[in-house]
Amino acid sequence: MDRRNFLKLASAGAVIATSSGNAQARGNLEVPDEAVGMLFDATRCIGCRACVVACKDINGMPPEQSTPEEPWDLAMDLSADTLNIIKAYEPPQGDDGFEFIKRNCMHCVDAGCVSVCPVTAMKKDPKTGIVSHDPDACIGCRYCVAACPYNIPKYEYDEAMGQIQKCQLCNQKGVERIDNGELPGCAEVCPTGANIYGKRSDLLEEAKRRMALKPGDKYVYKLGSIDSPYGQEGEVPNYQDHIYGEKEGGGTQVLMLAGNRFEDLGMPDIPELSYAAVSETVQHSIYSNFLAPATVLGGLLYMARRNIKGSQDEEQDPNQDKSGEDRS
Amino acid sequence: MSGHHQPLSNRKLITLPSLILAVLAFIALVLLAKRFAFGLGSVTNLNDGYPWGLWVVYDVVVGTGFACGGYALALVVYIANKGKYHPLVRPALLASLFGYTLGGISAFIDMGRYWNFYNMFLPDQMNLNSVMLEVGLCVTAYCTVLFIEFMPAVAEHYKMQKLKAILEKVLFVFIAIGVLLPTMHQSSLGSLLIAMGYKVDPLWQSLQLQPLFAILTAITLGFSIVIFEASFVTVGFKRSSETHILKGLGKMIQVMLSVYLVIRFGDLAMRGVLPNIFDGSFRSFMFMVETVLFVVPLVILSSPQRRNRGSMLLIAAVSMLFAGALYRFNAFLIGWTPDASNSFVYFPSTEEFLVSIGIIAMEILGYLIIVKWLPILPVDHAADHAEPHGKPASQPEQA
Repeated sequence: MDRRNFLKLASAGAVIATSSGNAQARGNLEVPDEAVGMLFDATRCIGCRACVVACKDINGMPPEQSTPEEPWDLAMDLSADTLNIIKAYEPPQGDDGFEFIKRNCMHCVDAGCVSVCPVTAMKKDPKTGIVSHDPDACIGCRYCVAACPYNIPKYEYDEAMGQIQKCQLCNQKGVERIDNGELPGCAEVCPTGANIYGKRSDLLEEAKRRMALKPGDKYVYKLGSIDSPYGQEGEVPNYQDHIYGEKEGGGTQVLMLAGNRFEDLGMPDIPELSYAAVSETVQHSIYSNFLAPATVLGGLLYMARRNIKGSQDEEQDPNQDKSGEDRS
Repeated sequence: MSGHHQPLSNRKLITLPSLILAVLAFIALVLLAKRFAFGLGSVTNLNDGYPWGLWVVYDVVVGTGFACGGYALALVVYIANKGKYHPLVRPALLASLFGYTLGGISAFIDMGRYWNFYNMFLPDQMNLNSVMLEVGLCVTAYCTVLFIEFMPAVAEHYKMQKLKAILEKVLFVFIAIGVLLPTMHQSSLGSLLIAMGYKVDPLWQSLQLQPLFAILTAITLGFSIVIFEASFVTVGFKRSSETHILKGLGKMIQVMLSVYLVIRFGDLAMRGVLPNIFDGSFRSFMFMVETVLFVVPLVILSSPQRRNRGSMLLIAAVSMLFAGALYRFNAFLIGWTPDASNSFVYFPSTEEFLVSIGIIAMEILGYLIIVKWLPILPVDHAADHAEPHGKPASQPEQA
């Protein structure tokens, strides 16, 4: 074995290793200043599904599993035709009845789908933080589906030219409710104020305020939006001491309060450092400014040039090659 | 005239095995027509919980791992300067060319919006944070590089001296790039898993170490596939054994595998998930199977006597191929947890299997045709003397 070359190879490896160590780790992305979102208070939700209907209506989604005989929507879960769904949870004991959980895109502060999309089809608005999708850019690799911790983006498998569907907070091209000063459909129609729209910072403040209330007291819950003049009085429940989305995976712009544990309501337990941050740190450590690959390529070029010369010489002289084989 | 490689031009092109392979390939093409006419759901069992199935995991992730022979050998021959492995390079490059090209085509077939794929090459659309972008660009570039690396065989066959001279002058550039690119995208295939976070079972979610495990297994898979192909050619075409060269590859597999297993178990211990191996779940069972498959070649190859025996080398290589494939299947599919609140199920449909089998058939068929057409395999002096051209070699043709 040619020790000199081996050492060179090893030092090339060392360059990669050390450049990984020195590269700046990327932390979670920051919440945009004007980030908007929703606050879902599960203790207020009565499971009327008005939000599901409004969502289908505004986004032009058909009912699922319906037949001419049974023309109603029977969606079991989120899908490419159902971007928002209410699920009922019955605690194993106690007679508090059902608690409902609303599932839709969480509009992550540090969104996995945005980080992994090879062609920037998933975008986070720098101002509002709304995570939108551009089907004209999308290649349909479905890495966003795989990388979403909430399993939100859905691909239309049953169509020849299917596309990815996800909640875009009713602000996609052709709908643009937020840009026009309207509310997302699901927030607008919610009759109890279980789901309200607003700036994320205001919503987070509101969530903390509600958790600080004394259970049993009366409180006026806003309807539609955090800035709404309208409200509905209700009794303060026992909240879990957890604002879901405050910190999960670097935080989400959709926040949740509930009376049951979020784990029981089907929400994943996600570490505070987003997977996107871990992934990008690894990727950019290896490829920061293409320094490491360029260095390695330089070494490889040098060695390949030297060694290919050797093997071409051998090719011209079969005897020499033969002896080479014998040596082995 | 080349003294090193020769086409097996005395063999018939149409044989029973090649006909069977052609039928399998044809079935795949018909099913692919269905996929493009009616969508992915008409052929696959992919669903809202399992966005990636057999086509991504086998045809792309495992398939390109199996196609690392050319890469692994280039690393040894041209970078570590071990000239004695030179005769193995061309057949390995051919297999890599097929493996990668079909891996790339499979990725395209699996794309839900394939007509937009060119967006990956538009600087305005590229997302430099995306591991997928890096994999896509590197694989595309590497297919091109493999094609150029393979050109000397064509130039030699058609006696294009000028082209051959040019190629010989610039080939080192492509060889260097051809080592860099697989190092990048094979490690990135592992990095793809990082962003999936908790959806990848803790036994396989090694986060920062994903690229290292992916590249270590890719290189060992490369050596293993070279041993496998060489043994296949020796037996199938009744040529003299290449064990005297292959045993050195066995040694390299042994070293890399030891490094891999030490880091792999070290990582499991550090993350405190070793108890998961014994929790009796299906995943823990699959982990054990995977580990046994990794350990078998290690045990076999640790003895110089066993490394000297062709059959033992082959068993070790095949075990390693299964180990590397299962590791990738486990990480991407078997250990996949789609959603904390739901229980999605995925098992590939018959049609999905038939497409993957058809693609493997295309690879083997293409390999068989090209080694009979172009100077790929090293000149086999022993076989030439033993089998005069006129001899009706009916047995060998069955390969």
